[in-house]
Amino acid sequence: MLEIKNLHAEAAGKKILKGLNLTLRKGEVHAIMGPNGSGKSTLAQVLAGRDAYEITAGSITYLGQDLLDLEPEERAREGVFLAFQYPVEIPGVNSTYFLKAALNELRKHRGLPELDAIDFLQLVKEKMKILELPQSLLNRPVNEGFSGGEKKRNEIFQMAVLEPRLAVLDETDSGLDIDALRIVAEGVNKLKGPENAQLVITHYQRLLDYIVPDFVHVLYDGKIIRTGDKSLALDLEERGYDWLLEAYEKNGRRAESVPA
Amino acid sequence: MSTSTETIEQFVNREYQYGFVTDLEADAAPRGLTEDTVRLISSKKGEPEFLLEWRLKAYRYWLTLKEPEWPNVHYPKIDYQNVIYYSAPKQKKDGPKSLADVDPKLLETYKKLGIPLREHEKLAGVAVDAVFDSVSVATTFKGKLKEMGIIFGSFSEAVHEHPELIKKYLGSVVPYTDNYFAALNSAVFSDGSFCYIPKGVKCPMELSTYFRINAADTGQFERTLIVAEEGSTVSYLEGCTAPRRDTNQLHAAVVEIVAMDNASVKYSTVQNWYPGDEMGRGGIYNFVTKRGLCKGASSKISWTQVETGSAITWKYPSVVLKGDNSVGEFYSVALTNNYQQADTGTKMIHIGKNTRSTIISKGISAGRGQNSYRGQVKILKSAANSRNFSQCDSLLLGDKCGAHTFPYIEVKNTSSTVEHEASTSKIGEDQIFYCRQRGLSTQDAINMIVNGYCKEVFRQLPMEFAVEAQKLLGVSLEGSVG
Ligand SMILES: Nc1ncnc2c1ncn2[C@@H]1O[C@H](COP(=O)(O)OP(=O)(O)OP(=O)(O)O)[C@@H](O)[C@H]1O
Ligand SMILES: [Mg+2]
Repeated sequence: MLEIKNLHAEAAGKKILKGLNLTLRKGEVHAIMGPNGSGKSTLAQVLAGRDAYEITAGSITYLGQDLLDLEPEERAREGVFLAFQYPVEIPGVNSTYFLKAALNELRKHRGLPELDAIDFLQLVKEKMKILELPQSLLNRPVNEGFSGGEKKRNEIFQMAVLEPRLAVLDETDSGLDIDALRIVAEGVNKLKGPENAQLVITHYQRLLDYIVPDFVHVLYDGKIIRTGDKSLALDLEERGYDWLLEAYEKNGRRAESVPA
Repeated sequence: MSTSTETIEQFVNREYQYGFVTDLEADAAPRGLTEDTVRLISSKKGEPEFLLEWRLKAYRYWLTLKEPEWPNVHYPKIDYQNVIYYSAPKQKKDGPKSLADVDPKLLETYKKLGIPLREHEKLAGVAVDAVFDSVSVATTFKGKLKEMGIIFGSFSEAVHEHPELIKKYLGSVVPYTDNYFAALNSAVFSDGSFCYIPKGVKCPMELSTYFRINAADTGQFERTLIVAEEGSTVSYLEGCTAPRRDTNQLHAAVVEIVAMDNASVKYSTVQNWYPGDEMGRGGIYNFVTKRGLCKGASSKISWTQVETGSAITWKYPSVVLKGDNSVGEFYSVALTNNYQQADTGTKMIHIGKNTRSTIISKGISAGRGQNSYRGQVKILKSAANSRNFSQCDSLLLGDKCGAHTFPYIEVKNTSSTVEHEASTSKIGEDQIFYCRQRGLSTQDAINMIVNGYCKEVFRQLPMEFAVEAQKLLGVSLEGSVG
């Protein structure tokens, strides 16, 4: 469903992604790990269409279309969802109102009737149960004054309402307490289905105890330098990145593996 | 370069949708201003002697004044001798007695503006007085209001039918000596609305005036006077548009409100004069003096304004809180885009005891717009236990615009309190991106954020007006982020 080929991206003259390849098929969950500053969030933002990043080479095909051709909102309407590493606050804009407007844009795009306030609230109630999110948050402006953990939880709540085909979660686990981590991860699992895929960016194995990935990739120097199954995450947890990075540097900064 | 910039470009060229001109024969004064112009206007309207005298005094006083330079706005000197001070659509006889006598072309114009006067007559809800260039064209619902003793109609009509009220209240809140533009208006005002609510009467519908400048190089100088007797209440709406022209047009209005004991007046404006084009050519110079006098105890005057139009706005709707326990309010959204400039705010003058005032000002600057809030809160020694709360927020879209705040606070007693809060924020690329990532267009994202920001003020507007104001803000902001 998603095919990234030889992707090069830069921002403010700095080369960040340098020939990244990645393929996700329907029903799969992929985890991306890698040291700070290796380009994980950049990849997420590029997928969502942030224009601060210039694509200098490569291609991204999503459900048969050229993703790079689409505006950010068109991608969203086509089912691409990004749970932000740092969700922004939008003062004055009520969360429920915001999410209803977003959902109706998606529905319009798909030729579905818009939901009215009553139907929407019904839907919200159901989804809130999954995330065990307090109603009071939804009566407040989007993310305004939310705690770090609340913001992250709210991202997954939005994901639950919008039901994306491709969900990219950028460090959704960081900032969550132990119980919240479990709730959020279980929520994400419930949203998994045969027709959609998830790309989960994380630093920690503990998230992958709940969200079990089909593949684990290590991103470094703007490329995927290693791909494995879930045991790779356990290896990394134990040994850190040094052994991988050393091997990569020895190899003359050439990636030694690509996804199977 | 970037995709969002391109999307933005497409919005920029959205045109001012009220910019059409109606082709009507007009009865106009020659350009320029002399005593003869003043006499001509007065005689065209068949005014009583006292009014002509008042106009002449104002004119002579005006000659001694200099145009104010303190507002934070910049424009080439206005040539007051090149302005046409009176222009009226030619009428068959003296003027329309009822809608049936009004030129169908005029009715058509109002229909285009979304104010079908004919339908208003039938539909309950809002009574409209429409001012076209210099004269009041038609007032709907007059009969129904009359039954309740409410007088609502054109100023010139009131001059004939209720000269004693005009004589008593004209200039009682804004004397012609008040300022340069008030003096000019007093000398040459051509028409406007007059509204009188008798004792104890709660006006059952919104009263509304619609101002429209049509003729070229014409100044519009209307005058509105509202008198609310003891225990009465009224809600008054004002809307304005003008055709797009590449020369500037002058609009210098005066609004006076008097509220007696326990009376309450709510005055709402949605100002959408032609703002000029994206290069800053043309547009209305909007120099307006609006003031309310809370004359009686426990009276209340509330101004709500949504200012999106005009090339230059200079306007400070104020309240003089004379009666004990009286209340003054000012809620404002002022938007400047492209090359628009606005210097607006309010004055709250506390004289009576236990008087309270609230100021909520929301400035929005986009493009190269310059937005200044200028507010004065004055609590006199006599105004024991008085309170003011002011909140002035500025929202910036892009980095070529500006926001400025000039609060003037003066408290002459120790039992009163004044609170002032101010903030400046910016709509960030990351907020817009966040919204777009959830499926909203750039424009919807901006509208949502701006409307959220203005909520406190919109809440004050009558329902239909609030919807209108939101749409207007949306249109005015199209293409404003870059
Ligand atoms: N808009 C930008 N302008 C300039 N440099 C940028 C920009 N975005 C990212 N970078 C730089 O690119 C590199 C990769 O950043 P990115 O945020 O993708 O890392 P990351 O892998 O997500 O790191 P972390 O694990 O800390 O979240 C960093 O060095 C960062 O400073
Ligand atoms: Mg990151």
